[in-house]
Amino acid sequence: MKEGKILLAHGAGGKLSHDLIKELFLPFLENELLSCLDDSAIIPTERSRLAFTTDSYVVKPLFFPGGDIGRLSICGTVNDLAMAGARPLGISTSFILEEGFSKEDLERILSSIKKAALEAGVMVVAGDTKVVEHGAAEGLFITTSGVGIVPEGVDISGSHAMPGDFVIINGPIGDHEIGILLARGEFSLKGEIKSDCAPLNGLVKAILNACTDIHVLRDPTRGGLATVLWEIANSSKVGVIVEEEKITVREEVRGVCDLLGFDPFYLANEGKLVAFVPQKEAEKVFEAMKADPLGRDSVIVGRVVDENPGKVLLKTRIGGHRLLEPLSGEQFPRIC
Amino acid sequence: MNKSKRIDEGNIASIILREISGLADGQIRFMEVCGTHTVSIFRSGIRSLLPEGIELISGPGCPVCVTPVGEIDRAIALAQLKDVTLLTFGDLMSVPGTSSSLNQERAMGRDIRVITSPLDSLEIALKEKKRRIVFFAVGFETTSPAIAAAVKEAKRKRIDNLFLLSSQRLIPPAIRALLSPRKVKIDGFILPGHVSVIIGRTPYSFIASEFSLMGVITGFEALDILKGIYMLLCQKKEGRSEIEIQYTRAVKEEGNQLALKAMEEVFEPVGARWRGLGMILESGLTLREEFKEMDASLVFDIPYEDKKDPPGCICGKILQGLKSPPDCPLFDKRCTPENPVGPCMVSSEGSCAAFRKYGAFR
Repeated sequence: MKEGKILLAHGAGGKLSHDLIKELFLPFLENELLSCLDDSAIIPTERSRLAFTTDSYVVKPLFFPGGDIGRLSICGTVNDLAMAGARPLGISTSFILEEGFSKEDLERILSSIKKAALEAGVMVVAGDTKVVEHGAAEGLFITTSGVGIVPEGVDISGSHAMPGDFVIINGPIGDHEIGILLARGEFSLKGEIKSDCAPLNGLVKAILNACTDIHVLRDPTRGGLATVLWEIANSSKVGVIVEEEKITVREEVRGVCDLLGFDPFYLANEGKLVAFVPQKEAEKVFEAMKADPLGRDSVIVGRVVDENPGKVLLKTRIGGHRLLEPLSGEQFPRIC
Repeated sequence: MNKSKRIDEGNIASIILREISGLADGQIRFMEVCGTHTVSIFRSGIRSLLPEGIELISGPGCPVCVTPVGEIDRAIALAQLKDVTLLTFGDLMSVPGTSSSLNQERAMGRDIRVITSPLDSLEIALKEKKRRIVFFAVGFETTSPAIAAAVKEAKRKRIDNLFLLSSQRLIPPAIRALLSPRKVKIDGFILPGHVSVIIGRTPYSFIASEFSLMGVITGFEALDILKGIYMLLCQKKEGRSEIEIQYTRAVKEEGNQLALKAMEEVFEPVGARWRGLGMILESGLTLREEFKEMDASLVFDIPYEDKKDPPGCICGKILQGLKSPPDCPLFDKRCTPENPVGPCMVSSEGSCAAFRKYGAFR
């Protein structure tokens, strides 16, 4: 039996979440599909490869600038499928509602689910509703699962980064987490930053149309860009070098980070992806991304190298170097 | 996104670095007193850019790190009282006490909340009148004026369920304590920017007059720190030992008189224990007589007990600049940010956490 208690930090998507999965979940549930620990599992069938994923949403507050728990629950799962290169087929949604929850709010959330599903071009095909006593949940929690089909010739995984790959990201980082943080009003900070919450399957389709040989796609959600790059460097046993100057952070986001001592590289995003692309295809993919509404602000931020496998090196704005390590401990709870 | 400014930064940095290389001559050691500087130095990769002979060592300027185990234990004991809500700043949550941490206590159901501004304590006390709200206030001169303002406001509003467990400390006495035994070789100080916004330049003058050492009050951007190092090297070359201000856009000679007055009205200096440095005279702040009814250390019958640092942990030596994090046998082995043994691995401003998080390239 393991000792100790679950802390909020175990849910932050950083090193502790990682350890919890490795130490407690995998010993019971491990199999060759689960152990990849990618955003979606890829299940081979006779005719095609199915991508399958699931995620729970506990964001607080339920409504925030740029989205709400409903939109998030569709985008998050669509994005997990998209990061496997899969075309989403259908999504299921499960609701855990707290006794006393307002029907009006539920209606708003459902309408937002409908809108997000239309945007992503995916159907909600199954669902479930449970109600728990007052106090046993805070408002509502949503769990969504999704299946999709991986097109032939596409083989994307966090372990497929190769030396020489270019690293591309589709815009400024940190908007979602800072947006949520400001919406909670806990820091008596004024201002509004919109969450970047968006379905990325359209952008992924554009990327795959430009080049099917994409090595890695990942959405830097909890744990942020630093954690995702670190995970990729580790799974692929390669080094990654990124340039701070190239990675954009909105001035407002940077301002809040400076005030609260947060590092933007660890902030969650809900509408961003990093693509690891073979060098010779990089320009074509980059152009295709720029042409997509969700990829207009794309930038090539770094490269994969042979040296320092498992490490992510950041070239700082003043020309120095430092390591990007995965998020340790809790940056901020219940952001998605 | 302000690209021109950021590109300039790289150019300016390389110019200052060239100057620094020109001035560097033999071994020289500067201490950055403040944890915010430590983090900024690591984040911007300054260590990887400085010439070989220039060594930067981290000092005792991380409020969470210098809070002794006994004070953490006392806060935990207070949080265990059924009618008490304990308020604190985030970094303290994971600091290990003798057998638990505030984080672990919260997971067991104790009412422990993280606040970001001392004024939040007033709102909570007003809303939850049936509970006794204890604010475990850790910090340096930077936070003390806001804490003083909250205390004054609580008294004015006659809030009688808010108490202060003061663990506030003052920077200049700690620098003096560090220098007096001369255990550690320091050639000059990168002095804290935020603390100096409040206290100004004068409280540091003993560094130059009594110890013939130099200091530069420095801002927190990478370029500020490079300029601060450059100014220290200039003093060395010209044989001066003075306290200069690099961070002139925020620090005034006389500090912030309004803030100092608020602090003075509410608090008086008192001897305080620092992890690593031990008891230092007049280095802490306690509530003045007229605010004593808010003093948690008097109101609650939970006395302070001196506790030993965790076995094997060398945070005390690190805080004095005597050791560097990788010298610690526990560093990144038994002591990690996920399972910290000592406070320097916990605080976002702790030097062990910075070493671990950003990696040391030199």
